[in-house]
Amino acid sequence: MSTIQEIQKEIIEDFAMFDDWIQKYEYLIDLGKELSPIDEKYKTEDNLIRGCQSRVWLHAEHTDGKIIYTADSDAIMSKGIVAILINVLSGQAPSEIATAKLDFINKIGLKEQLSPTRANGLVSMIKQMKLYALAFNN
Amino acid sequence: MLDISKIRKQFPILSRKVNGQDLVYFDNGATTQKPQAVIDSESNYYQNENSNVHRGVHFLSGLATDKFEETRNTIQAFIGAKHSHEIIFTKGTTDSINLVANGFRTLFKKGDEIIITELEHHSNIVPWQMCCEQSEATLKVIPLLDNGELDMNEFNNLLSESTKLVAVSHISNALGTINDIEEIIEKSHKIGAKVLIDGAQAASHVSINMQELNADFYCFSSHKMFGPTGVGVLYGKEEILNELSPYQGGGEMIKEVSFSGTTYAELPHKFEAGTPNIAGVIAFKSAIDFITNLGVETIAKYEDELLQYVTSEILKIEGVKIYGTAKNKSAILSFNIEGLHPYDIGMIVDKMGIAIRTGHHCAQPIMEKFNIPGTARISLAIYNTKEEIDLCINAIKKAKLMLS
Ligand SMILES: Cc1ncc(COP(=O)(O)O)c(C=O)c1O
Repeated sequence: MSTIQEIQKEIIEDFAMFDDWIQKYEYLIDLGKELSPIDEKYKTEDNLIRGCQSRVWLHAEHTDGKIIYTADSDAIMSKGIVAILINVLSGQAPSEIATAKLDFINKIGLKEQLSPTRANGLVSMIKQMKLYALAFNN
Repeated sequence: MLDISKIRKQFPILSRKVNGQDLVYFDNGATTQKPQAVIDSESNYYQNENSNVHRGVHFLSGLATDKFEETRNTIQAFIGAKHSHEIIFTKGTTDSINLVANGFRTLFKKGDEIIITELEHHSNIVPWQMCCEQSEATLKVIPLLDNGELDMNEFNNLLSESTKLVAVSHISNALGTINDIEEIIEKSHKIGAKVLIDGAQAASHVSINMQELNADFYCFSSHKMFGPTGVGVLYGKEEILNELSPYQGGGEMIKEVSFSGTTYAELPHKFEAGTPNIAGVIAFKSAIDFITNLGVETIAKYEDELLQYVTSEILKIEGVKIYGTAKNKSAILSFNIEGLHPYDIGMIVDKMGIAIRTGHHCAQPIMEKFNIPGTARISLAIYNTKEEIDLCINAIKKAKLMLS
């Protein structure tokens, strides 16, 4: 399993190949489509992430010292964004996740490419993922 | 002949780029852009006229006060109010509605009923819920028909001797429906209920005359009619405003203050505590002048032409569903595309320089009724063009292609 840092580096390299926003968006849309489905029973009100204009559900499980995240959204772009975060963080140890510096976001132009409300959604997603990590770490 | 390119030139922001593309601004329901005259007027105030109103004896204070009051008179004429002191300056529509709802808290009692509608903006829902909480009055809701019109039969059923107030929007910000407020006002008055109209989406799109309309209250926001943000109007009939207790206490709203008791100033000052947004109010006059120079009727006719065009063009896209198909509609088009989330559409067209609104438009009960998370909304203004509509439609088609 690669480290969070290694995965981020790969993502930055992937995005560096794109010339324009269309390719970046299409990549996000594809990631969204490919995201493994969440168990329907976890699409609850409690698992909704606040601060997103679309509905984003996030579920976390702690097994063998690692956190496995699953997620879904009714908007495909949000699904793409949460998919990237899952690629980076899912399967890592809680302590790693809690302290992870997610600098790939600025380096792939995600923050600037995405509208402020979307960026807010992103911030809320990261916050929620880290909250799970902190909870499982204790 | 209406020369739209000449009108566009008055709005400096319309020539800017967004994401490298020419801006197409279709979010006028949220707020309109400002013409140079409004921008100049606001900056001229700070450069040459800045002073507090209604208090100083010196030259500048007199000047600022005169110009501030000139806006009040302009608005009086613009909405056909009987008296200028029936025009209260507020922060906006939300503030105006809260002022009234707050005033009625002590006048309503258990058993009284307030009627609102299913298509209200949250600003015309929550203040009444708060009013009901305190006064123990009951809130009743006129439901919507599937085409986005109000169910007027149900309105007739809801009206009773217990009805004390009916609060309804003139035009729905989420659906564009122009409500039959004339009928609502007439029927409500017959049983002795007061009527408040939320005119936030109407004031620059349809002509309004308070004395003909006979509404007891009418609220609107400057920023949705080419004026500055932070300024709004509450129109209220003199005799009713006199009955309402003040909303806020402070300077300017008093006649005499002593610790044995304070007497309130006359209208409109009774409701204008504290230093108002003087620059904004003064610049608001330039916005009203802009509207009256063009003529509200002319604006409405042109916007309707745009609405017909965008409606027919968007229906050519497969899977489009329009929410709000009332016979009488303002230039607001709410839609979804089958299988797509409105947010995804909004995100992608934004990259092409097109500003539309997505979401629930602060009208969640409507979204609940149609069982949707939200819509994408195009809301048009006098400076928009058919060419911009073409750009927007193409962008939507492109978004659909990318997302499917
Ligand atoms: C119908 C309606 N009512 C009230 C409001 C609130 O206006 P403001 O935010 O200016 O107070 C809006 C603004 O979106 C509106 O569209």
